[in-house]
Amino acid sequence: MSTIARKKGVGAVLWDYLTTVDHKKIAHLYLIAGGFFFLLGGLEALLIRIQLVKPNNDFLVGGLYNEVLTMHGTTMIFLAAMPLLFAFMNAVVPLQIGARDVAFPFLNALGFWMFFFGGLFLNCSWFLGGAPDAGWTSYASLALDSKAHHGIDFYTLGLQISGFGTIMGAINFLVTIINMRAPGMTFMRMPMFTWATFVTSALILFAFPPLTVGLIFMMMDRLFGGNFFNPAAGGNTIIWEHLFWVFGHPEVYILILPSFGIFSEIFATFSRKRLFGYSSMVFATVLIAFFGFMVWAHHMFTVGMGPIANAIFAVATMAIAVPTGVKIFNWLFTMWGGSIKFTTPMYYAVAFIPSFVMGGVTGVMLSAAAADYQYHDSYFVVAHFHYVIVGGVVFALLAGTHYWWPKMFGRMLNETLGKITFWLFFIGFHLTFFIQHFLGLTGMPRRVFTYLPNQGWETGNFVSTVGAFFMAIATVILLINIVITTVKGEKVPGDAWGDGRTLEWAIASPPPVYNFAQTPLVRGLDAFWLEKMEGKKELTPAEPLGDIHMPNSSFLPFIISFGLFVAAFGFTYHNDAGWGLPVGILGLLITFGSMFLRSVIDDHGFHIHKEEVLELEKKGANA
Amino acid sequence: MKKGLRNWRLFSLFGMMALLLAGCGKPFLSTLQPAGEVADMQYSLMLLSTSIMVLVIVVVAIIFVYVVIRFRRRKGEENKIPKQVEGSHKLEIIWTVIPIILLLILAVPTVLTTFKLADVKAMNDKDRDKKGTVVVNVRANLYWWEFEYPDYGIITSQDLVVPTNEKVYFNLIASDVKHSFWIPAVGGKMDTNTDNKNQFWLVFDQKATDKAGGVFYGKCAELCGPSHALMDFKVRPLPRDQFDAWVKKMQNAKKPVVTDPVAKQGEAIFNKSCIGCHAVTPLDKRPEQARTAPNLANFGDRQRIAGILEHNEENLKKWLRDPESVKPGNKMTGTYGKLSEEQIDALAKYLMSLKVE
Repeated sequence: MSTIARKKGVGAVLWDYLTTVDHKKIAHLYLIAGGFFFLLGGLEALLIRIQLVKPNNDFLVGGLYNEVLTMHGTTMIFLAAMPLLFAFMNAVVPLQIGARDVAFPFLNALGFWMFFFGGLFLNCSWFLGGAPDAGWTSYASLALDSKAHHGIDFYTLGLQISGFGTIMGAINFLVTIINMRAPGMTFMRMPMFTWATFVTSALILFAFPPLTVGLIFMMMDRLFGGNFFNPAAGGNTIIWEHLFWVFGHPEVYILILPSFGIFSEIFATFSRKRLFGYSSMVFATVLIAFFGFMVWAHHMFTVGMGPIANAIFAVATMAIAVPTGVKIFNWLFTMWGGSIKFTTPMYYAVAFIPSFVMGGVTGVMLSAAAADYQYHDSYFVVAHFHYVIVGGVVFALLAGTHYWWPKMFGRMLNETLGKITFWLFFIGFHLTFFIQHFLGLTGMPRRVFTYLPNQGWETGNFVSTVGAFFMAIATVILLINIVITTVKGEKVPGDAWGDGRTLEWAIASPPPVYNFAQTPLVRGLDAFWLEKMEGKKELTPAEPLGDIHMPNSSFLPFIISFGLFVAAFGFTYHNDAGWGLPVGILGLLITFGSMFLRSVIDDHGFHIHKEEVLELEKKGANA
Repeated sequence: MKKGLRNWRLFSLFGMMALLLAGCGKPFLSTLQPAGEVADMQYSLMLLSTSIMVLVIVVVAIIFVYVVIRFRRRKGEENKIPKQVEGSHKLEIIWTVIPIILLLILAVPTVLTTFKLADVKAMNDKDRDKKGTVVVNVRANLYWWEFEYPDYGIITSQDLVVPTNEKVYFNLIASDVKHSFWIPAVGGKMDTNTDNKNQFWLVFDQKATDKAGGVFYGKCAELCGPSHALMDFKVRPLPRDQFDAWVKKMQNAKKPVVTDPVAKQGEAIFNKSCIGCHAVTPLDKRPEQARTAPNLANFGDRQRIAGILEHNEENLKKWLRDPESVKPGNKMTGTYGKLSEEQIDALAKYLMSLKVE
């Protein structure tokens, strides 16, 4: 960290993070907030598994169970998995393309605070009557029937706010990757993780608007007397399902493509080989994203769309298996002939292959529409998507945490503890979810808060609960590891793993505030590796050393988002209480007022002078 | 000869899988012990897709294990730099084309089965033989099921009675929120939407019915509120002649005649507090909007109390005393005031006497 940041009090550090527009610090924020929500979602998962440990259990009954179940799914998808991926995108992508920051640093901060306040708002529901209870899919007829408390309103408004943040982040990455690549970094020289981020951002750009439309419809219906989903008034509840899944299916790829990107980096690094079939990997990524928009209705095979629609969506879904298979084989052949070093991130990457293949093949099974009538809404589906999302995404998040931690914080996470975490998590994961395939096949519907004895589900559920505790213990050990590392972890050089291939490993760990003192010249795929193979220790600069222009910090992103947070409360209660409407308007005034300020205040940023850069670089090299 | 060998291999793989899976679950509930034509077709598709997928897993696993063992970095190799391979067109074509072929093998039967299962022409035929093709209108409610036989003019709830070894057609709809109609052992589910009527068919196999002990379990498969988990129903398939006899009895069951004095007392309470929602004759002529609670005409013959508790007077009393404790969020709680223990006893006696068989 720079000299300026070295000796600061707690208050100053806090203020620094509240106002930062630096992509590296925003990455920390995403990591902390996403990590917090991950723990929360995990806790909810444990509650679910405790309730289901035995038949007729009364630990968490009926409506309360549905709230926990809904919040587990919503939290994990929107508030944990996506933000944690955003953490790595923020931390790594600008470095991988040789940029000093993202294209719109202010927008980047705004995106984070929107997500944060949206998530906070959603979780406030726990203390204000009750959380949303219609599942993370929140199907319209049930959501509109849920009138006991404002849970669903917290869902529609909270997700709208955090959705703004997500879409801002996506636009930012698109612009950054298109415009801010270092000289020589053509599209086909971009690291795989950057490619994945690029394609994912495009997915977000097109997938979030349908969700927003659906959420606005539902908000209208619940709070402002709308009838979009009221069949009696000419509305239709199936439309919600379509809108939701037009978003929901690409969402799966929004999560898994960056995870593929993370694994691609790890496989190449720890096999000491360039990614096998790089161009076909890129092509497969784009193809998966493209197909991802044409298969949403496979979540709705039992809705009654008729055999023609079902057949078309079934075959389209099967087609996705092909590019995904290409990726699996490319990873295997990246390792083939390599020199594999089994570090903690590599453990996750290696374990990911069989785990994800399991999730992938059950995906193909589910795509067979006629057979899906049996799997649909049973525990088979629960098993399938946890294999994909835990075996794919969560493994990638854990791998990425261990892989990039030294780059982000300058200290290496303890490898022994890391491997203990891995084994517990890996065993716990398969213990929890493998047996759920069979629970589903033997007739257990999903989202049930209890089950009667003598239906053949006792053993399966018990084993599943035991597995969940393994994962919980693994997570606790990871936390301990993080604390120990932060206190007395081993400091690392720029190329922390020694086998780094991409640009981020060419600069100090953690990187200086301006990232690259001189913008590097990129001469091929795995730019840093190429330089190392020629015996160089540093990148070839593409510009002379000069003053570096930096953006100013700003508290406005926080205020803008806070305004929406306030407004959401107002509108939620505007039918119940007189203060609702004024508070709603006050919130909007705060938001639009700060946006106005942002527009009229000239902010030209500042420069870090050449001499300062030289001094910082010297320190970085010694650190 | 070669082809025969291949078929034999595929067949043995199928056999193995079937053997492995058949041990799973209960015959009255498991999709792996199919009890009718629909479940059979779906089961075959499941076996086919599982076999193909096991093949894929085996191939990946072999390469995986070989790579992970063979190419680990050993002592003394700390400075080894492996050859940087860009890729291989030949390999890439192989692992693109083979999966495509495998998927085509799966896609063809998938599409065929999907169309076969959606064939409900017979039930919509204006001139159909009304005695020959049985049609059941299923209406899903928070948290109970109504089964109406439009051709026979009778209505029942919670326990579905159908003839075996023939196609039974269903009209499916929900009256409050979306539910999903699922009899795992007999065939895949279909949603009951609030907006529109869905149609499908099932076949209930006689032998499988005997094996399952005469009753299949039905489930609601779509999250529908606090008691979604408790929205069970039961299916009682009967040979055609017995089914016809059952229909006759239902049609002839007029108003229940009560003789027992305690039950008579119960009837009085029922007529005061319950009859606004619950009908006690299968020939309920009210429109479906008015039928806001399960028809109780053959309550005494049912399999379960409230769909989940064992069928006895003790449980019936428990349910009447405090429905909320049995099924949270149900629509009966608080609709009939507080009943004394004596009244509950009388009511239970009366309800248990409602039988048509």
